[in-house]
Amino acid sequence: MTLFGISSQALFGQLLLGLINGSFYAVLSLGLAVIFGLLNIINFSHGALYMIGAFVALLGLEHLGMNYWAALVAAPVVVGLLGVLIERTMLKHLYKLDHLYGLLLTFGLALIAEGVFRYYFGVSGSSYAPPEELQGGVDLGFMFMPLYRGWVVLASLAVCLATWYVIERTPLGATLRAATERPLLVQALGINVPVLVTATYGVGVALAAFAGVLAAPVIQVNPVMGSNLIIVVFAVVVIGGMGSIAGSIVTGLGLGLVEGLTKVVYPEASAVVIFVIMIVVLLFRPAGLFGKQA
Amino acid sequence: METRVKFKCLAIAAATAALLNPAQAQISDNAVRIGVLTDLSGVYSDVSGKGTVVATQMAIDDFVAKERPSFKVEMVSADHQNKGDIAANKAREWFEREKVDVASELVTTSVALAVQKIAKEKNRIALISGAASTRVTNEDCNDVTVHWTYDTYAVANGTAKAVTKTGGKKWFFLTADYAFGHSLEKDAMEVVKANGGEVVGSVRHPFPGSDFSSFLLKAQSSGAQIIGLANAGGDTINSIKQAAEFGVTPKQSLAGLLMFITDVHSLGLKVTQNMYLTEGFYWNLNDETRAWSKRFFDQHKRMPTMVQAGQYSAVMHYLKAVKAVGTDDTAKVMAQMRKTPVNDFFAKNGTIREDGRMVHDMYLLQVKKPAESTVPWDYYHVRATIPAAEAFQPLAASKCPLVAKK
Repeated sequence: MTLFGISSQALFGQLLLGLINGSFYAVLSLGLAVIFGLLNIINFSHGALYMIGAFVALLGLEHLGMNYWAALVAAPVVVGLLGVLIERTMLKHLYKLDHLYGLLLTFGLALIAEGVFRYYFGVSGSSYAPPEELQGGVDLGFMFMPLYRGWVVLASLAVCLATWYVIERTPLGATLRAATERPLLVQALGINVPVLVTATYGVGVALAAFAGVLAAPVIQVNPVMGSNLIIVVFAVVVIGGMGSIAGSIVTGLGLGLVEGLTKVVYPEASAVVIFVIMIVVLLFRPAGLFGKQA
Repeated sequence: METRVKFKCLAIAAATAALLNPAQAQISDNAVRIGVLTDLSGVYSDVSGKGTVVATQMAIDDFVAKERPSFKVEMVSADHQNKGDIAANKAREWFEREKVDVASELVTTSVALAVQKIAKEKNRIALISGAASTRVTNEDCNDVTVHWTYDTYAVANGTAKAVTKTGGKKWFFLTADYAFGHSLEKDAMEVVKANGGEVVGSVRHPFPGSDFSSFLLKAQSSGAQIIGLANAGGDTINSIKQAAEFGVTPKQSLAGLLMFITDVHSLGLKVTQNMYLTEGFYWNLNDETRAWSKRFFDQHKRMPTMVQAGQYSAVMHYLKAVKAVGTDDTAKVMAQMRKTPVNDFFAKNGTIREDGRMVHDMYLLQVKKPAESTVPWDYYHVRATIPAAEAFQPLAASKCPLVAKK
């Protein structure tokens, strides 16, 4: 069977692959959206923290014999604590200043992190094997689906939904949102707003580390893996609407699919299609697809 | 009368001095400066990068210790970030203000093409080790450039010919969508067809990429026996890793058209085993290569790539030529370098052709199985030595104007 001259087999295969990539975009852009939406910080170090997450898994395996499942918990904790440290020592001084300062600081931190890892590990990086339980794959008829990739989609969706639920549907989320809208008022009600803010940043970057561990068995773990991805993820956030939690999840998955389709039709354009969409969206809806119009 | 005698004496003295001391005067400020312009931070920094700076320093130290030259040898290095314009500016600054005599290494085609042009304009020398495109010695050739280590023709030729001849007739190409990838793909396709093979399809992927699964899926459904990887560095690494993940290999085989030992090192033998590749140097070829590579390893903590070994060889050959002619004058040094065969641990009887190509033996290698590797970095079986005369594009096919004139 063919659709528009493309075999349905190729189409389904590419759509599924698009969904897998979209899952990575969703988790990463979700972290960015949480940090921007609640803290008003454009976290340019997100890609570097994603890379550090992958390295925690790799180094944990090499030096401590830590397996994949342990890494999936340990890396977000380690990177989350690193985030807390960054927030407490550096970012908290910038909240009253223009967004640009936060962006510059986190961009500088990303460059430093990449440089340090490149110095010690080189750019070629190392391979990280998928866990034994998820090695191999199933033949879906239209394509061979590695089990691990299936797990990536499920794990990402679960984490995205859980994060969305906590922020949008629980009392804790309500407090968080209130604390960002009216910090003084919330503080007057006896809630420790600075701690909330620090914790939020920690959780946001922990999401990046989680994505890093998810990606480790799929792509080579190297110091530039984050910078390759971060620009696309920023485009996803801009298209979804800066700070919109649900927007970043839906757009992440959707753009993964669009990219997958482009790879069937005209592979050369697959690297730019997301940016073309970004331009179009910005022209007609400057606040993004799911953003609140200013 | 007295003044006339005095004048004669002075004239004779001046003439004698000029005759007796030509060499000293002709090395500009009595120092030879070698610039290493390389990728110190980007995708090619493992293949070339700091290792080429180490190799250059080794060449200088060895030269000074062995040859005891009357001039000083200095090295400067800079990161070109794989950008042609940055490289061009740096080379210009070096040539114009810092009295650099030779710009070397120059990984990435765009960098090599930009710098070789400036070297010609400023009448200095460009020694290229890391860049791959055959354009360097074809359309863009000039008489101040030497392309030392390898090129896309040599690596594609070696691997594609060997694989096609051993039965891999149906090929699919996975190609990085920029000048280098296209060049590699074209060179390899021609070799496949010339050896009775068939190209069933190709796909071009954006550069740099990290997810190649879509492209691999196309390759998988193409029915090809061999998937030729016309890309490099991180792109090749991820292509190989993901081909294993999606079950493309071992049903179909991969042929890495440009791979380096650092790629194999980072992927591990489990995923790369049995792959064919072609390189201009392998550390474990013989006692001489092992001895040099061990010294390199002691300093750099990694075994040398062909680019790093070639860099040493090129710099050493250049310095010996400067000493032999007693000047750093570009034309004279180039003439001397052309005249003298290259004989060191890197090349045996290598020669520099008029198009600037240094021709030497290349090696067809096959990656060992994990069980076959006995010591660290012991990764290859040497399957064949491709003699210099066959390894590179024949002069008859050259598009270099310097050759056409003859």
